Amino acid sequence: MNPLMPLFVVTPLAATFLIMIVGRFVKDFNKYYTSLTLLFLVIISFSCLFNIGENVDVYKVGGWQPINKIPIGIYMVMDGFSAIVVCIINLIGFLVAIYSISYIKRYTSENYFYALFCLMIAGMNGVVLSGDLFNIFVFLEISVISAYSLVAFGVEKNELEASFKYQVLGSIASFLILFGIGFIYWKTKTLNIADIREAFKTGYDKSFYLFVQLLILSGFGLKAAIMPFHAWLPDAHSSAPSPISAMLSGVFIKAVGIYVIIRLFFNMFVITESMAILITTLGTLSMVIGVFLAIGQWDIKRLLAYHSISQMGYVMLSIGIGMILISRGVKQEVAALAIAGGIFHLINHAAFKGLLFLNAGAIEYTIGTRNLKEMGGLAKSMPATSATSFVASMSISGIPPFNGFFSKLIIIVAAITAKFYLLAALAVIVSIITLASFLKFQRYAFYDKSDEDKRPEAKEVPYPMIFSMIVLSIVCLLLSLLAVPVVRDAVLTPAINILMDPLKYSSQIIGL
Amino acid sequence: MIAYILCFILFLVGLYGAVTQRNLVKIAISLSVMEFSTFLFFALLGYIDGGVAPIVNPAEPARIYVDPLPQALVLTAIVIGLATTALLMAVIIRLYRKYGTFDIREMKNLRG
Repeated sequence: MNPLMPLFVVTPLAATFLIMIVGRFVKDFNKYYTSLTLLFLVIISFSCLFNIGENVDVYKVGGWQPINKIPIGIYMVMDGFSAIVVCIINLIGFLVAIYSISYIKRYTSENYFYALFCLMIAGMNGVVLSGDLFNIFVFLEISVISAYSLVAFGVEKNELEASFKYQVLGSIASFLILFGIGFIYWKTKTLNIADIREAFKTGYDKSFYLFVQLLILSGFGLKAAIMPFHAWLPDAHSSAPSPISAMLSGVFIKAVGIYVIIRLFFNMFVITESMAILITTLGTLSMVIGVFLAIGQWDIKRLLAYHSISQMGYVMLSIGIGMILISRGVKQEVAALAIAGGIFHLINHAAFKGLLFLNAGAIEYTIGTRNLKEMGGLAKSMPATSATSFVASMSISGIPPFNGFFSKLIIIVAAITAKFYLLAALAVIVSIITLASFLKFQRYAFYDKSDEDKRPEAKEVPYPMIFSMIVLSIVCLLLSLLAVPVVRDAVLTPAINILMDPLKYSSQIIGL
Repeated sequence: MIAYILCFILFLVGLYGAVTQRNLVKIAISLSVMEFSTFLFFALLGYIDGGVAPIVNPAEPARIYVDPLPQALVLTAIVIGLATTALLMAVIIRLYRKYGTFDIREMKNLRG
């Protein structure tokens, strides 16, 4: 029983309401209180990450003890994997909150912004820490509703249109998820993920099982913008205020999409080969098509949003390879390598995509446009933005000293050793196209000399924004250390073990 | 069983409406139809023929009770659905003020 666990949900939720009430009377209360809350969450999330090890921590909300080993209360569960994702959420959230101090001055009603931002953090932490299927749905809706309103925060034509699109698709996804939960409850008469696993282990109806898996996959796939369901992502992520784009692209699609897919398919369902192949195919499709759609974009934030789809494809692809190998029961160490690559890339993507969106926000803040053709020659006037965006671009394209290289290398090595040569080749090609696309971004935004004299007014952004960008670029470099075996054993291995051995998850929760 | 099938048909009706309608308000209504079919499905899950409200009376231990959990779930889901619908309608009203129409074909700023 870890007493810190409810704090991940309670503190940001309390911050939401405090900001709405106190923020009206006290000037600047909102920004500092949000930053303090998130700093506190960063500290406790990292302390949890370093203490968790191989354990599974369970917090029973309201103290409802199981009766005859049947869990009846709502459980909050923290293991190696969710600890990593919680760290990502709160770290990026903290840096984004600092960044917003300067950025959000352009908008009116700052109170609403910070309140919704805290609500989104509370929802995401809740999704990641929940051990109960319906609770995942509730927290998902909390975070998604605040995301809808944050996308529409500018209340101009584009923002409203993007938010409407996002809301329609998001609502359909929610109903699919709700239907899936209903079917699971119908068959198993329980909502606890570990308990459902116990019920599925004893045997299941094949067609029913496939149907439920498809419902859950399409529901959360819509939230994660996997390929056939990606239409809302470029609009929503490019229309939101830049700090929120960093949040949505950096952590939101992972926490409520990919994380839940991985958790449910590894720890709740018994892995079947057909579903594993489907996930690999969807991942490959998103990886390839996402990057091709990104090439032609001239709006920086749309370009970055399409790259998010592509990079999420890498994660899905490598998780899918792991699932295929597990379901066939062969080469378990390669499966572990593939899953490690997926989780590693998920962490890296949060760092570099968050940073890239913050850079895009800084450029927009200074020169007031997102069109690459209207930029140029910013390297001299904005040295910090230019340097950090160079780090991020090299990371996302997989250039050696940066983190993206190591995760892509692990994914490609895993694909080759598992004898999926085509997938490995595609991963390399997509990586090269990504590099080309980001070289274009670098050249047009920062180095195009011909435009240099047009921008005498461009100057570096305020310090809070520089601080966030520099910290994130240092994080990008430090994350390369996760490839070192000692660090990997401490951070990634517990997460992989919990996914590789589903009994470990369910038995530790049911046994309590 | 027929109730479940009707419930699924209601879901498909909502989905059809959400995909084919051009009017923003009608899309919102279609989403509500989908939403309520889901709620109906949950309510059906907890229903047991001849069951009574689950208030356990020690004098009569052998009675059949309906399952109370789906009812609790559906109440939560209705509250969430209310919030989503309200937000959706607010965005639609704002869109109407910007464009002066509810027709979705007029709104194509975001393409490509």
